[in-house]
Amino acid sequence: MTLSAASVLAPRQRRGLPFRRPHWLTTLAVLVLVIIIITGILAPLLAPFEPTELNSMMRLKPSDTTHWMGTDSYGRDMFSRVLYGARISLLVGFGTAIGCLAVGMPLGLISGWFPWADGVLMRIMDGLMAIPGILLAIAVVALTKAGLVTVIIAIMLPEIPQVVRLVRSRVIAIRSEAYVEAARLLGTSSTRIIWRHLLPSTFGPMIVQGTYIYAAAILTEAALSFLGVGIGTETPTWGNIMAEGRLYFAINPWLVFWPAIVLSLCILSINILGDALRDSLDPKMKSRR
Amino acid sequence: MIQYFVKRLVMAIPVMFFVAVFVFLLLRLTPGDPAVIIAGDQATQSQLETIRSNLGLDEPLLGQFVTWMGNLLQGDFGVSLISQQPVIELIGQRVGPTLSLAVVAMAMTLVMALPLGVMAAWRHGRLLDRAVMIFSVLGFSVPVFVTGYVLIAIFAVHFQLFPVQGYKPLSEGLGPFLHRIFLPALALASIYIALVSRMTRASMLEILQEDYVRTARAKGLGEKIVLFRHALRNAAIPILTIVGTGFAMLISGVVVTESVFNVPGLGRLVVDAVLARDYPLIQAIILLTAGLYVLINLLIDLSYALTDPRVRYQ
Repeated sequence: MTLSAASVLAPRQRRGLPFRRPHWLTTLAVLVLVIIIITGILAPLLAPFEPTELNSMMRLKPSDTTHWMGTDSYGRDMFSRVLYGARISLLVGFGTAIGCLAVGMPLGLISGWFPWADGVLMRIMDGLMAIPGILLAIAVVALTKAGLVTVIIAIMLPEIPQVVRLVRSRVIAIRSEAYVEAARLLGTSSTRIIWRHLLPSTFGPMIVQGTYIYAAAILTEAALSFLGVGIGTETPTWGNIMAEGRLYFAINPWLVFWPAIVLSLCILSINILGDALRDSLDPKMKSRR
Repeated sequence: MIQYFVKRLVMAIPVMFFVAVFVFLLLRLTPGDPAVIIAGDQATQSQLETIRSNLGLDEPLLGQFVTWMGNLLQGDFGVSLISQQPVIELIGQRVGPTLSLAVVAMAMTLVMALPLGVMAAWRHGRLLDRAVMIFSVLGFSVPVFVTGYVLIAIFAVHFQLFPVQGYKPLSEGLGPFLHRIFLPALALASIYIALVSRMTRASMLEILQEDYVRTARAKGLGEKIVLFRHALRNAAIPILTIVGTGFAMLISGVVVTESVFNVPGLGRLVVDAVLARDYPLIQAIILLTAGLYVLINLLIDLSYALTDPRVRYQ
């Protein structure tokens, strides 16, 4: 990594603004996310139909002015189902990201700070990483009744090692910094050093990692539902709307494509937001983008 | 060299051990009676007994583990609860399609992702670079099964160039094999291409600023030689690493892709096993894929040591 003279001399940000003006793509991504989140929360108010309301007269209708995204094989309104589907996806993403950070950060701090714990913890994490995420999630769901919490835990497990490794590498990097050494020499306890110095320095990368986990969790949930091992079909999720739609793919491919478009837009926006956050929170990574 | 080899090999053993412990405990520590979980709520007493004795669930935990581990080390992965066949045989029957799919997808990735990443780094900040980056973010954001359905809708349904679903083994001829495996492999490769081209670009960007690249250019070598012979070789380590760690992702993708394209491979086997709660089969598939992951990453590590002497002395 080299620093050109211009990038050192040029002020990175205008005074008074805590961040640079975001790229238009980032603004757009945030806008899309906000719309998806708000419509998800307000789904009961916004949805023109009940998402589970059957109507045998209206089966597999194409898009029109009443049914914006058409109807599925039971005559249910696709638009309402996709709106409600957002709730589960966003909830799973949020739960997984928070859960991963809550479990992964302490483990990473311990592993980075205490050499005696490092070897064993890292081998366990290596072991967890060796199991393909979907297989692990499938196995967990298979053993328990598939509910929201189980699915979140199942998706969390394969994501935790990433968090642990990231926090650990951060801790190791700053462990030998002068201010940490100084604190140590003054006799500050490990707990206090971890709490006051190490933990805050991991926040930046963790926010970034959290957004990526959020995106990955939504994808995995969709894949689980798609395979038929996710949250039960009585609750519409983007994944199981697509799973039901695929049976009628030859008749109306939009049963798969509508939820797919919304899902992909959502993930795309989260990823773009994650990249933007990384660039502003972790400037060292910028040249690698 | 031998010392390094032994050291890496020894490090892989505890990893596999923890995978085994984890897989073992997953069933035993799940709340509720494992036999009931597997057989379902309506199981009769004799069914439960069969499952208990089959999995050795009536013994103490440590005893169970020792027996189970002993069997594993002898290559005995247990018997399917549904078909009563040894699980290793069931897996053996399904390995072919999955392996073909993974290998073809991997080949597609290398053919497409390396040039894309190199070109993007070469044209850093220009239109081509932007295009590659947009493509790579899209690759991450669109689920594999959606990519699969888009490919089916365009190439199989609209243009009718490829069959919608199905699989033919290589033994029935290269033509039919490639014809059927092309779309599923491309769907599977999409996410991998995104990952590898992004890494190639990042790694190349760093290398292209090195002095020896400037030297190579200064002595009048063509751009092609500078990029592919001087720079790409030195950029290889992070790229190879991501190929290795991405293997777990590839397997996850396989499970979904096989379901979309109706390929009778391991992915379909595992989904069927879950729906039937055939736990020994799930266990074996997890252990074997994790073992494969560890092995692949071990080989990649060793390949660094072979090609780059600096690694050996770290």
